[in-house]
Parts: sequence; structure tokens; C-alpha cells
Amino acid sequence: MARMKFLCDAERCIECNACVTACKNENEVPWGINRRRVVTINDGKPGERTISVACMHCSDAPCKAVCPVDCFYQTDEGVVLHNKDLCIGCGYCFYACPFGAPQYPQAGNFGSRGKMDKCTFCSGGPEIDNSDAEFKKYGRNRLAEGKLPLCAEMCSTKALLAGDADMVSAIYRERVVARGFGSGAWGWGTAYQTRSGQERDRSAGGGMFQGTGGPGPNPGAIPGAGGGMPTQKQGL
Amino acid sequence: MLIKKSPATSGGRHLSRTLAQTLASATGVTVDRRAFLRSSGIAAGGAALASALPFGMVKKADAATPAAPAGAPVKQVKSVCTHCSVGCTVIAEVQNGVWIGQEPGFDSPINLGSHCAKGASVREHAHGERRLRYPMKMVDGKWTRVGWDQAITEIGDKLLAIREKSGPDSVFWLGSAKHSNEQAYLFRKFAALWGTNNVDHQARICHSTTVAGVANVWGYGAMTNSYNDIQKSRAMFFIGSNAAEAHPVAMLHVLKAKEQNNAPLIVADPRFTRTAAKADEYIRFRPGTDVALVWGILWHVFENGWEDKDYIAKRVYGMDDIRAEVAKWTPAEVERVTGVPGSQLKRVARTLASNRPGTLVWCMGGTQHHIGNNNTRAYCVLQLALGNIGVSGGGTNIFRGHDNVQGATDFGVTSDSLPGYYGLAEGAWKHWARVWDVSYDSLLKRFGSKALMESTGIPVSRWFDGVLEAKENMDQPNPLKGMVFWGHAPNSQVRLPDMKKAMEALELLVVVDPYPTMTAVLSDRKNDFYLLPAATQFETSGSATASNRSVQWREKIVEPLFESKTDHEIMYLFAKKFGFAEDLCKAIKVNGNEPLIEDITREWNRGMWSVGYTGQSPERIKLHMQHQATFDRTTLRANGGPCDGDYFGLPWPCWGTPEIKHPGSANLYDPSLPVAEGGGAFRARFGVERNGVTLLAEGSYPEGSAIKDGYPEVTMAMLQKLGFDTDLTAEELAVIQKIGGDKIGTVSWTTDLSGGIQRVAIKHGLNPPGNAKARCVAWNFPDPVPIHREPLYTPRRDLVASYPTYKDTKSWRLPTLYKSIQDRDVSKEYPIILTSGRLVEYEGGGDETRSNPWLAELQQDMFVEINPFDANNAGIKDGQMVWVEGAEKGRVKVKAMVTERVGRGVAFMPFHFGGVYQGQDLRSKYPAGADPIVLGEAANTATTYGYDSVTQMQETKTTLCRIQSA
Repeated sequence: MARMKFLCDAERCIECNACVTACKNENEVPWGINRRRVVTINDGKPGERTISVACMHCSDAPCKAVCPVDCFYQTDEGVVLHNKDLCIGCGYCFYACPFGAPQYPQAGNFGSRGKMDKCTFCSGGPEIDNSDAEFKKYGRNRLAEGKLPLCAEMCSTKALLAGDADMVSAIYRERVVARGFGSGAWGWGTAYQTRSGQERDRSAGGGMFQGTGGPGPNPGAIPGAGGGMPTQKQGL
Repeated sequence: MLIKKSPATSGGRHLSRTLAQTLASATGVTVDRRAFLRSSGIAAGGAALASALPFGMVKKADAATPAAPAGAPVKQVKSVCTHCSVGCTVIAEVQNGVWIGQEPGFDSPINLGSHCAKGASVREHAHGERRLRYPMKMVDGKWTRVGWDQAITEIGDKLLAIREKSGPDSVFWLGSAKHSNEQAYLFRKFAALWGTNNVDHQARICHSTTVAGVANVWGYGAMTNSYNDIQKSRAMFFIGSNAAEAHPVAMLHVLKAKEQNNAPLIVADPRFTRTAAKADEYIRFRPGTDVALVWGILWHVFENGWEDKDYIAKRVYGMDDIRAEVAKWTPAEVERVTGVPGSQLKRVARTLASNRPGTLVWCMGGTQHHIGNNNTRAYCVLQLALGNIGVSGGGTNIFRGHDNVQGATDFGVTSDSLPGYYGLAEGAWKHWARVWDVSYDSLLKRFGSKALMESTGIPVSRWFDGVLEAKENMDQPNPLKGMVFWGHAPNSQVRLPDMKKAMEALELLVVVDPYPTMTAVLSDRKNDFYLLPAATQFETSGSATASNRSVQWREKIVEPLFESKTDHEIMYLFAKKFGFAEDLCKAIKVNGNEPLIEDITREWNRGMWSVGYTGQSPERIKLHMQHQATFDRTTLRANGGPCDGDYFGLPWPCWGTPEIKHPGSANLYDPSLPVAEGGGAFRARFGVERNGVTLLAEGSYPEGSAIKDGYPEVTMAMLQKLGFDTDLTAEELAVIQKIGGDKIGTVSWTTDLSGGIQRVAIKHGLNPPGNAKARCVAWNFPDPVPIHREPLYTPRRDLVASYPTYKDTKSWRLPTLYKSIQDRDVSKEYPIILTSGRLVEYEGGGDETRSNPWLAELQQDMFVEINPFDANNAGIKDGQMVWVEGAEKGRVKVKAMVTERVGRGVAFMPFHFGGVYQGQDLRSKYPAGADPIVLGEAANTATTYGYDSVTQMQETKTTLCRIQSA
């Protein structure tokens, strides 16, 4: 069984925002909601790095753990999805998420935020695959069509990779071998709980959004070979 | 735990991509999103969008919306992105005539499925929320809807009246880099039949100094290699190019070279750009000192003997003159002028010398100066000294700006040439008269005089001076009275306050564009002002030339939205009105009022011999698009399949007729390949010798050449001398005889319409344009050896005496000022250098991209970047509003972004914003519903005078300003 993951290669990300507009285009996400965004640290200075961030579809997802109505679920492929019919817009998941993924259509207190919206790894929600209802609530279900998230498929420099973890790792490994180990795979330690990564993240001052210092999180152990959905077209 | 409401469709999730895609298109499982399109949240997206609601008109796309049968077939249509020049393939999914989805074009060897923010959002065209919907006429200051017939008749009558009263040269036809090759070609022909050379387009203000500069070094003014070829570079030197924002997909190849070859990336720029953020070495230098910087690097190369002596001896003319100039640029002097320490430049020189082949990339940062042609030639000389030209992995990879600015330049939408750089001399007119099958005399009659026919027109950078200048100071009978903006934003040009005055002084102002553009709102005109809605390139078909000279074909994705018409149809309608429709389309089939695109391609195939645009028949280009996957992603060469051996898009020169199947030339001037396989040599364009020194190559020649040395360009006389003329067929010979008459020997590779001379030359391994040396000294230019001159507005008054600008002069029909501007010292009142550039989300004047909500949301405010040092001195805080006042008193009110991205004493503004003028919001002046979502001050309201001494390029990259709290 494939395990779907995102990886943003900070050595390649050039902050072009293709991932952001591809997501808007594919899922018709309205103005003001950003399922994916590009974060810059050290803007305009040596050491400037950017990463594209969305829901990372964590292994042990904090959003899922804190949800009072238990609206989250994780698919067999590791994709974290939620049910908008159950969501009460309480905002707990937003506070729990280390990546700032959950978005709300409205601002306000006391549950008036509206239903939470976030990246679905282009795989819809609990409605019937590729149904109109699914598209209206969650956007397009590309996985069910045998395609990968459009943000990664359209990334200008193939910095953002999506797909089966083994394939993503293989592509990234090839790059690391060629260029040496660098600032690497942002957020992997936090999202996928490899031990060394977790510790480095904490020592570096917590979340990636602080950007206060130290090198990027350690991408951690790179899994070995295995089957899964082909992603070789993303490799260059 | 929650699960799917019903079991997921079996198998769908684990199909391989390819299989699933096949299934999707075969069974139509792709989601039907029409209902969603209708109810999408776009209009509800915040206050900025509230005015988006159309008034009473439903767009065509919506008209077909209600009854979309579920599972209607989804068609995939292939096109090419219409933003920058990389040429990314766009795959559109179309259902019932509606563009419902966009998929990555993984098969394209150029972009491999990748896009930037702009390319990933082009489907917004299907929404067309902010498009200009129908022809509009301004009546007493109010936009009024009119029909096409009325618009063409009224505009036509007014133009004919101007022509009658003031002559054909009093109308300016401003064309576009957004046109397809076919439209660009037709536009130039249209202007010729109207009878003027006052025709130009964006190339004037983006890379004209490159085209002229580079062509005068080695023959052709274009990117020598390709984006893909950068993968083979061992060093990459970017100067005045911010590819990460302006050409993001180019970085795919750049970062690959960095990764796989460990190729050092050196970025020289006054701004620490996002490209610089990826660099191994960043050089910050003062704007406008490129020549000094390059000579500073070359000083170390010569000092240490790192130049490629063998290459220079065989292939370069005039390097000794360069040595003499470079000797003056000691590390101390370079640091005094540019601000860059000698130790850094020594390191850069060593890096470039020890990592060959290396590529050099430049863009607007180098070109937009009053010495732009000096800059571009200096870059070329550096590459020649290192022996980096004509080799894979090397080259001057000049990234062009717009999707078809290379094509529009090649097809002569310029005031100084006919298509194919044939120039404007009598011979050029006779050549094109033969191709067009119209008599030379009938063309001559269309012009004011033979002298006007053969003299360069007014360039777009100066059109408003052509309106405002006194008649007696001009080299044409009358000033401009009529102006047609046909796909060009006004806010990409300097001196907007002057342009506003000119717009108000005109007798007639016409905009032909998918969007109203800032032209619609800048002036205070009340009457004689029209907006005509043009279709975008996604609403028609045709070819476009990417920066690497590859020609790609766009299929039509959707029908023109609303009442818009394709550009070629609009040209035909005007030609009918003016009475030259028959001459315009003599060999072109016309369906209704729309000339057949493929016939236009075939017509230029028959005339563009000088550039090698003759082998790219519509059939061959379409075949390449169909079989993109068969082309190698590094070499661009097809390996097997129906295009076997061809380079993708048949990058020009693609010699001879389509029948001889020349594969195109991936890298220019590369002698390691036979000419028949895309090899070449420097063009013999400047004669055979100069002051007794040969200009022809010595001991260097393309593989398989019959002549093992240099030779001039190939003519019939040369073939006769070599005895190769017997290889010509009887038909070819008949054509040559008809053209040459009793002087058959003078018929050359550029004028032989049979293609026989090129075919025979190539058969013997000869390069049709000859085999010469590149020249470091352009003796026909104001500065034969490129030298540094201080910008017209310089803060370094101490350097003006040593490095003064030119004397005032008259050129391109107009007085052009240099010294009188520079002599005025304003550096006390205006102490900050102002420069400008691009943002990734927007393109050009920005009307199209600022109207796209997916992009507009990402950049909502016009801003100015200021260094913390200058901000603190002026008491300016990050995020506050400031007035930026240019040295000619144009003022813009913008947000301050305090950042170290710019150095001390330098400020930067992006130039894509428009719709706000000197603090005044002009939103109410747009036709209702056609105002871009995001408006902002145009940077060029604050920019100033200054034009290149050869091409009239505007000096946007170096001027002066002052910044104060607002």
C-alpha cells in the first residue's frame, strides 16, 4: 500500500507560487482561502529560503487527535481528510496543526468561522468519488482519477513532490546524493515523526513558521525501495 | 472511523497514472465541473471582487452552461502559455466548449509539466470575469457600447482622414509580442500596405539593445542555446536577470545544472533577487555600471592569461581593441565605479575560467539603459574571451520577456525592418514585394515618399514625443495624430505624465486588446477614443517562437469570449475598410473575415530565408507538438518516432524548404555538427576584411564543410565559382534567374525564393550565412568598443567628467537628448537610485494578470523596496505609504517595503501595476466590469528620460528619485 506524502525541497523552491494558483485553479478555491501557501524566511537576505506548505497529512495527525466531533479520518494511503458535514468550525485543529493548514471561510468567534477547509491531497472527501457533492465541498478528487495533486505536478522546479513516499524519497535521495546534504526536506521531521527530525525541530525553536534560526529540520531517515504510484515524471 | 459514504470506485485509486488517464478520457469519468463553475465562490471573494459582477451581459461560456449532460466527452487541447518566453505547454480540458480543467504537459521537453503561478492559472481565461466584452466608444467622457461594424467604419474613416490630411506617417501602429507569428507577420505587412514604418512592439523596450548588440557581434540577435542546454553548463553567470521571478521554469534547468554538474551559479544584480537567493556567489553592484563590471572581470582573465587563445585566434576579431579598453579597468577603478571589490571579481573570473563551458544570462537589467547596446556587447565579449560561444553548455542565453517577443521581433514588427531583419532598403522591399506578389511600385505609392519608405520610423519608446514634438524638429512631414495600441500596455513605458499629455493631444486613440489596459483610463480624453475587444491566443490557433527559437503550435482551446475577435480578423476588417484586403491576403484563404492561419505560416515560410524560418511548415510544427514525448529533455533532439533527428520546435535557423527536412539548430554557431544537422558558424555579415585584417574564420569550420576555412555568405556567384551551381535543379535555377535577371550572381541565400542556394550550400556542408569571426568592435556603432558611460541621472557626479554620456543628437526621426539631461545635477534633491523589475505573479503592464483573481490575491499592493538605512534616514517605517518622486517630478504613492533586498541608496518598484495615477484611483474610468481586480500606481509615472544610442531602448533601470512619507 502506498503512503502518500508531500516533500518540499527548499534547495529548489523559488517562491513562484505555481502550487498556490494550481490549487486555486484545480479546486476553485475562493478568494481568501489558501489551502497551500509559500512561506519565506530571511526574505531579501543571504540565507533566504522558501517552502511551500499545506496540510502534510501527518502520520499521527494532531488535528485528528483534538477534533471534538471526530470529523477527521485517514485513508489507507495516509491522506488526512475530514467531513464538512460534521465539522462545527471550532478551530481546535487550527491550533493543533504545526503547519497552519486548516482554513475557515469566515472570521469571528463562537463557531462562526464556518466549515474548516484544507488541502485534501487532491483526493476529495467522504462523498462518492468524483461526485458533484464531493467537488463542491472538497474540490477535485485526482487520486481517484489516478493522478497526483496538481500543486506538485505543476511545480516549476519540481521542488514540491507528492506521491508514494518511496518514490518521493527516491527522487529526493538522488538529488541529495548529487548535491550533498543541505537544508533539505522541510517539515518531514514534524510531520512524519522520525526521531532525529523531531528532536532537531524542537531544538531549532519549534515550528517552521518561526524561522528564527538554525538549519532546517532534518528530513530524517529516507525509507527504502518499494512499490506504489509512479511519480517518475516529477523527477528531473 | 469515517469512511467513504459509498465504496470508492473499485480500482480507480491504484491505477497507474497513464492507464487512469487513458481511462478517464475514454470513459469520461473526469468530474463535471460546469455546475461548480457557475456557482464558484469567485464573486464572493471579498470587497475587491464585489464590482466583478457583469452588468446585464452573460458571457458566451455561461450561455451554454445549464444543460451540460453528465459525462459529456472531455477533449484535451494543447496550447502554449501566453506569459513569458519559456514556452510551457498548456493542456486544457474542454467539455462542451468550456475550458473546465488544466493538466500538466509532462511530455513537453521544455517544461516537463511545470508552470509558474501565471502558467498554472491560465484557465482563468475561461472565466474571463474582467475582459473587455464588446467594442466601446467614448462619447463625451462616457464609455458607450457600439457594434463592430460601427466601430470599424468610424475608426477607419477617422484614420483615412488623418492619412489624407497629414500623411500615412501620422498614424502609429503599435503591435504586440502577444501576437502569434502569423498575426505579427500580418501586422507588419498591414503597416507596409498602410504605408508607414511607424510600427513597433514591446521588443523595443525589452531586448532591442540585445537584438542589435548581439547581432552586431556575431550575426543573429537571439538566445544562442536553449533553456534545456543550460543543463550542460559547468558555470552559470546571471547579470540583470531575475529568472526565478521572470522565467521561473527556466530555473528547472538551472537548478538541475547546479545539482548534477555542481555548476556554480553567479548572480550579479543591484538587488538580492530570488535568483540570487539560489546563487553560490552574489555580486551587488551599482545600477548602470555593467560595462565596468564585465571589464573588471575580464581584467583578471587577461591578467592571468585565462582567455581561450586558440578560440580567439580562429573565431574572434578585434579582441586586442578590447584588451586596450579593459586595461583601464583596474580593480581599484572598478570598485570606484561599481562598488564591487576586486577580490570578489578575481574569484568570479577564476570560477568562470575554470568551469567551462559556462553560460551567461541577461535580461532587462542589462538592456534597459542608454548604453544598453554597450552592455550586451560587453557580455558577448566576455563569453568570446572564454571561448564559450558555439558550444553546448555555453552561449549567451538571453531570456526574452513575452511568449512571442522573439517571433514578433523576427517578423519585423519594428520600425527599422521588414520581416526577417531584411531592413528597409529598396532591395528588402523588392524581396517582400515578390513574396507578397504585389508590385514594388504599388507599395511605394502607399508611402509619403521613397525616403520615408526607407527610413526607420518612430520607435514605441518615443511615440509620445512623436505627438508632442514640434513639426520642424522631426524627420517626417507631420507629428503623429492617430495611435493604435494593438496589444500593448502603456504603463510599461517611461514618462507616463508625458504620455498622458500626448494621449490627450491625439486626434484618435484606439486600443485593440482583450483587456482595456491603462490606456483606457490614463488620459482625460472625452471623444475619438475606442476600445476593441481582441481574442486571446487561447481563443485562436497559430505558432509562437519561444526564447530558444523553437516554434510551437497553439490549438484553439475555446471560441473567442463575448464579442471579441481574433487579431487577424480585426486586421482583415480594417484592410477591407482601407481597400487593401486583397493585397494583404493574396495567397491566404479567408474564411468569412478570418484569414487562414496555416496559409499565413506558409507565406512566411516562402520569404524568411535570412533567419531560416523557412523549414517550419505548419505540418512539421504540429507533428512536433503531437510527438513531444519523443524529444530528449536535454538535447531537445528527437530519438526515433516521426520527428527522428529533429530538434524540438525546429529552432531557427531551420534552413531551406520544409521538404529538405533541416532539423533546426539547437545551439547557434556550433561547428561541431554539420550544417545539415544543426551546426553553424558566425555569420559573415560585416564584409570579408577590415583595414587589411580578415573578418573570416581561420581554421574553424562546421563539421563536413567543403571549404576548410572561413568564407563569405553564400551567393549564386560563389556557387558558380565553386562549381556547385550544377547541383541546382532546373526549377530552382529558373527562380534564381527570374530574380537576378542579368545579374544572376547577386542572388543570395536570403533572396533566392526557391531555396536552391541554401539547399546546395548545405549539401556541401556550407553555412548559408558564411563562416566569419565574431567581432568585438562594432565600428558602425557610437561606441565601437563598449565603454562605460554614467547614466543620464546619476548620483555619482564625480564620475561624470570621466565617463560622460553622448552629445545630444537626432535619431529615429526625433531629437534625442543626452548631455543636456546629464548636465542638470539633481542628485541633491533626488538622492536615491530608482530601478524596476518584475514580480512572478504578474506579467507586463499587468492588466491580464491583475484581472485574474488567483494571481491578484497574491499581490494586492503596489510597493517600493527601500533599504533600512535609507528608510531610517527618511523616517519611513515598513508598510507605511510613501511618495516616490522621480527626477522629472512624476510622483507615485505606494507602500514602503523596508528590506535589505536592495542596497543602500537604491530603491526598487515592480512595473506591473496601473490604474492609479499620482495618488488618484482611476477605477471609475474603466468600462464597467472590466476594471482589473488589483490596481496600483504605475512605476513608470516616476521614471525618466533616457534612450539607447542605437535602438532607443528606454532607461528604466537607472534613474533618480526621492522618497518621503505620505
